[in-house]
Amino acid sequence: MTQLKLAPTAPGARILGLGSSQPDNVVTNDDLAQRIDTNDEWIRDRVGIESRRIAEQGTLLVDMATEAGARAVKDAGLAPSEIDTVIVATCTMPTPIPNAAAQTADRIGIPAPGAFDLNAACAGFCFGVGAASDLVRGGSAKNVLVIGAEKLSDWLDWTDRSTAIIFADGAGAAVIGPAPDEASVGVGPLAWGSAGDMAQAIHIKPENKALFQEGQAVFRWATTKIAPVALRAIELAGLTPADIDVFVPHQANLRIVDAVAKRLRAKGARDDMVVADDIRHSGNTSSASIPLALDHMRADGRVRSGDTVLLVGFGAGLSYAGQVVVCP
Amino acid sequence: MADNTEILSGFAEIVEEVAGIDTAEVTTEKSFVDDLDIDSLSMVEIAVQAEDKFGVKIPDDQLAELKTVGDAVDYIAKNQ
Repeated sequence: MTQLKLAPTAPGARILGLGSSQPDNVVTNDDLAQRIDTNDEWIRDRVGIESRRIAEQGTLLVDMATEAGARAVKDAGLAPSEIDTVIVATCTMPTPIPNAAAQTADRIGIPAPGAFDLNAACAGFCFGVGAASDLVRGGSAKNVLVIGAEKLSDWLDWTDRSTAIIFADGAGAAVIGPAPDEASVGVGPLAWGSAGDMAQAIHIKPENKALFQEGQAVFRWATTKIAPVALRAIELAGLTPADIDVFVPHQANLRIVDAVAKRLRAKGARDDMVVADDIRHSGNTSSASIPLALDHMRADGRVRSGDTVLLVGFGAGLSYAGQVVVCP
Repeated sequence: MADNTEILSGFAEIVEEVAGIDTAEVTTEKSFVDDLDIDSLSMVEIAVQAEDKFGVKIPDDQLAELKTVGDAVDYIAKNQ
């Protein structure tokens, strides 16, 4: 029997850098109210959004991915040539081919990396970080750039007030690299899964290529099924809810965020645990929402280097994933 | 098995916790939307808690039929 040699493994992975990118164009609730039958108070009350960023027609998803990715590489203190793998979590590319990852890598100046897209919708960033961590740990990759990038504005019916008020554009990124020893591991095990029986609860309608969601069914699912996933991620990392400094769930709807945080506090999470509310000014940016929130919260000092951060993504598929990470 | 009075009192506690409405305001003739100003998402949260508390299933299509506090109490009484 031929014996195959395996790549040398790493003790684990950690986050080395973060970056994000949003379009300049701010769209307020009042702006939307001029186009559709809605108002500022209703939107704030139902979803917690005050304003969102919507890309101009000529701005591509890969433009935002490139900016966020380049910033994360710089933040990690690495040269683009030191990245060997690029994962773009996205569900809103204009066409399925070509993928976003290879061209984004080329634009950043990363030479010939393994590059692929990953579609787990709003859970995509956590899936990507989990995959990156295991690629690093298993020795297939050294430094992985994971980007969540979405241009949801291309896939909305702007006359549908149930979706037009929620979704937005943006990109966020993290560089995942090897931890030199077990004490410095900064990405915990992935708690993940799916509920394919509810696939139709969030889908693109073939007739108008616009996103549709059964709001009430998704709200019920998210407010009941996601806290257990978060608790599982904490348990897999060998921690308790009281160890979590910062909770960054997918920014789907502020009321879902609050409901899940409340359930975690009922299980021992601290009252002073910082809870991401980036949706207020970023809207729901699907796979980009978690890294966008993390990068913004680090910039304004709400998350500090060394903080224990719980991530949990959930959405179309339905798909969900969470892990505990240490902020770089 | 809780009787209707016990269900109403337990249900009112849930409404108070979710929507911040005093339990004394939660009486059988009150409409969730028109009198108590409870929106559809809060109704889902109330339903989820009522399911846990009373051991009933309140699917979304049934939930839409519950217009008043009395409707909810009767539904729970019949289905627990």
